[in-house]
Amino acid sequence: MMSEAVNGLAKKFNPPEHYYSTQKQEARYKLLPFNFERVGDSYLLTNEVGEYLFLSEGDLHSLVHETLDSQSEVYNSLKSRHFLYEVGSEAAIELLSLKLRTKHAVFRQFTSLHIFVVSLRCDYSCPYCQVSRQTGDADKYDMDEETALRSLDFVFRTPSEHIKIEFQGGEPLLNWEIIKFTVLEAEKINKTEKRDLAFVIATNLTLISDEILEFCYQHDIFISTSLDGPAHIHNRNRPRPGKNGHQIVRDQIERVREKLGPDRISALMTTSELSLSHPREIIDEYLDANFKGIFLRPLSPYGFAVKTRQIEKYDFDRFFEFYQESMEYIFEINEAGISFVEEFSALLLRKISLPYPTGYVDLQSPAGAGISAIVFSYDGDVYASDESRMLAEMGDYKFRLGNILSNTYEEIFFESGLLEILEETLTDSVPECYQCAYKPYCGSEPVYHYATQKDPVGNKALSGFCKKTKTITNYLLDIMENDPAKRKILQSWI
Amino acid sequence: MISLYSKACKFFNWEEGAEPLILPVTENPNLPKVVAKKYALVCDRIPGKPSESIASYGAILSRGLVKSPTLNRVIQLSAELSYIKSSDIVRLNPGGGEVRTLFRSDSDHNSILVTERCNSFCLMCSQPPREIDDSYLIEDACEVIKKIPRSTRSLGITGGEPTLLGEGFLRIVRSAARYLPETHLHVLTNGRTFSQRVNSVALKDVGHPNLVLGIPLYSDLPERHDFVVQAAGAFEETIRGIMNLRRDGQNIELRVVIHKQTYARLPELARFIVRNLAFVEHVAFMGLEITGFTKANFGALWIDPYEYRSELDEACRILQSARVKTMLYNHQLCILTPFVRELSVNSISDWKNDYLEKCAPCDRKNDCGGFFSTGFSLEKTSNHISPFISSNRIIPFEEIA
Repeated sequence: MMSEAVNGLAKKFNPPEHYYSTQKQEARYKLLPFNFERVGDSYLLTNEVGEYLFLSEGDLHSLVHETLDSQSEVYNSLKSRHFLYEVGSEAAIELLSLKLRTKHAVFRQFTSLHIFVVSLRCDYSCPYCQVSRQTGDADKYDMDEETALRSLDFVFRTPSEHIKIEFQGGEPLLNWEIIKFTVLEAEKINKTEKRDLAFVIATNLTLISDEILEFCYQHDIFISTSLDGPAHIHNRNRPRPGKNGHQIVRDQIERVREKLGPDRISALMTTSELSLSHPREIIDEYLDANFKGIFLRPLSPYGFAVKTRQIEKYDFDRFFEFYQESMEYIFEINEAGISFVEEFSALLLRKISLPYPTGYVDLQSPAGAGISAIVFSYDGDVYASDESRMLAEMGDYKFRLGNILSNTYEEIFFESGLLEILEETLTDSVPECYQCAYKPYCGSEPVYHYATQKDPVGNKALSGFCKKTKTITNYLLDIMENDPAKRKILQSWI
Repeated sequence: MISLYSKACKFFNWEEGAEPLILPVTENPNLPKVVAKKYALVCDRIPGKPSESIASYGAILSRGLVKSPTLNRVIQLSAELSYIKSSDIVRLNPGGGEVRTLFRSDSDHNSILVTERCNSFCLMCSQPPREIDDSYLIEDACEVIKKIPRSTRSLGITGGEPTLLGEGFLRIVRSAARYLPETHLHVLTNGRTFSQRVNSVALKDVGHPNLVLGIPLYSDLPERHDFVVQAAGAFEETIRGIMNLRRDGQNIELRVVIHKQTYARLPELARFIVRNLAFVEHVAFMGLEITGFTKANFGALWIDPYEYRSELDEACRILQSARVKTMLYNHQLCILTPFVRELSVNSISDWKNDYLEKCAPCDRKNDCGGFFSTGFSLEKTSNHISPFISSNRIIPFEEIA
């Protein structure tokens, strides 16, 4: 379009060529930082702030040798997306630095998610359990008031305006009294702190009662639960005495909705080996239960999932087949006019398409462990993440940051070794990550790599985490670039 | 279309060399003398035996025929201005025989032209700039602002390029901030002067509580934007201006006029906005008003809006997916994709909005962006205009039987 003459312009107006910069004719441009990787026949280029472009090999060569034709579409796209800039354009550099600051703004908030493990006991006996539930007596595995209070003091030390307290287990409702106590105490503190305070309970719903729901309603508590699919999958994945877990969950979901409102509950699924061959049935289950999306989540390499060797029963390639089959069905559903989202894809799409941070702690660098999210265990131990606690349940205390009853805030952050690990694992400096084209969409996961490779950095060529991000990002980018009908659906998820 | 200006009014009994007057209008003939002199009285006819108090009004505007009146400062309004009524504000220029409506109390689209000078020369300018000394407009603007009712919802400041007035521009904004603090003030500017930080700081210091700056951006590529606004380096200045305004906490609306020179890269522009300028209040896509320079450059600018509907659709989806509020102005619903229709606003200033004959049976006329009635805007329209006619008509009993 650029080189075409413009007809119909009145005499006193200049043609487009008049406004080409003089530098442009000599192709005097400079490169801005970017990474690239071969994908099929072309190259994926990404810059520091997550803008991307696919280039042919020839164009990539021309670009780096500064011989790219300044009248070409590809030159325009590279300029518009800040892969190159023309000498003299201050705006390009200013915009790029603004975007970089925006991308990292999330770290100014520091810790916003605070997980309270109020009991390690559970009425279920899931073989894939990532936290190794206990069946012992209450005294031993439940959080007490002293621990809860000390944890709250810690919580309000965060500079973040937003504080989310999530109650987990085991089954947290087995220690309902301490949840109630913690919520009331937190609200008391917040009368003077005035933060944006939110609560979540992650529960299997068995123990939900009218009293509990009334309290949740009064205190605006969000409920998160597990739903693995239809009865034959859910009950196999999540056994409980009576073998009626599925029925209980489905009934209780409706009960929660009636009391708290339709959008005050969400569900998570875990993919077992059995789940892999039933993508449609699982999605139908979510549709039937009136959820607006599903988070397709593979097993994590922690807890019972490792001990019972569940984790070895499928690899990422098998999971990706399941993911693709699921996505095909999800597209069908959306094409039929029902808006239904795959949440992990939506997270990646946000990272790919938006200038601001998404707040998903598993895909950020520095890693979110400890600094974005922190875990207070029933016994006062403090962990860098949910996964760190899972490791500890397996006897590895690498990511235990201290104990709330004996350590100070400063000791926990500055003397636990946490900051050193976060610094060592920054994707900007880690081998393979620093030059990876997927870096802006990925994150550093020291706990995962430690769990799988006994090294917080890890060899990325062997990393399942790395493979997952790359493969699913490629899958999504391919649709965004080449399939306009499906692209519209993905855009609606962002 | 409503006329805001007329030279066809008749002036009676004005003193030689009288200065132009800006007066609010009243229909109340019984105002106390001391108040009456600050108003123009509008009436259907001049009373045969005018009371003494009527003589005190600043001016008397008659909708009906006036014959050798005894009163001073009388104007017989031309038919096109007969709508003038209480709470409107008029500018009466006896020297030039001109009457201009500066403010209409019935309208939400009042805007004050503060200069005709401009540092850009846009291909499709509807208000072609003139290099003249019109600095009297600053005084006039401040005068009007003082007289506008405080309950007014919104007010526009337009040009030319208002910020070229420098301190004069700040005076106008300050005046609005003090006299009309609850009124949304919308300033149309190309933003270029704000590339100097001192100017955005000065605007911040005025402290208007309800200000939006409407800034046009025509391309993600500097040379294309510069071509559209016919000013080398304009893109660079506008972008840096927007960034400075953001630093100083201003609300910004991006405005994109769609025509043959801008439609092709709309998705790229949307992506550029999402990536770089997502902090803006909203993005407004506008149709072409065939008046001013657009008439001269018609061949270079006109494209049937139906032809760019997919580029527009894609651009809107990109903006919407990033939660950037998007609005579509002056487009007809029937030529848009369903996704874009939802973003359409019926927003053409009421005094220049119209519909075609074939639109008469349309069910969605009230939601439609409609057509400009200025210039040739009604003569040159999309070839794909077709009325929405609802299919769920009630079937008469006889037909069923």
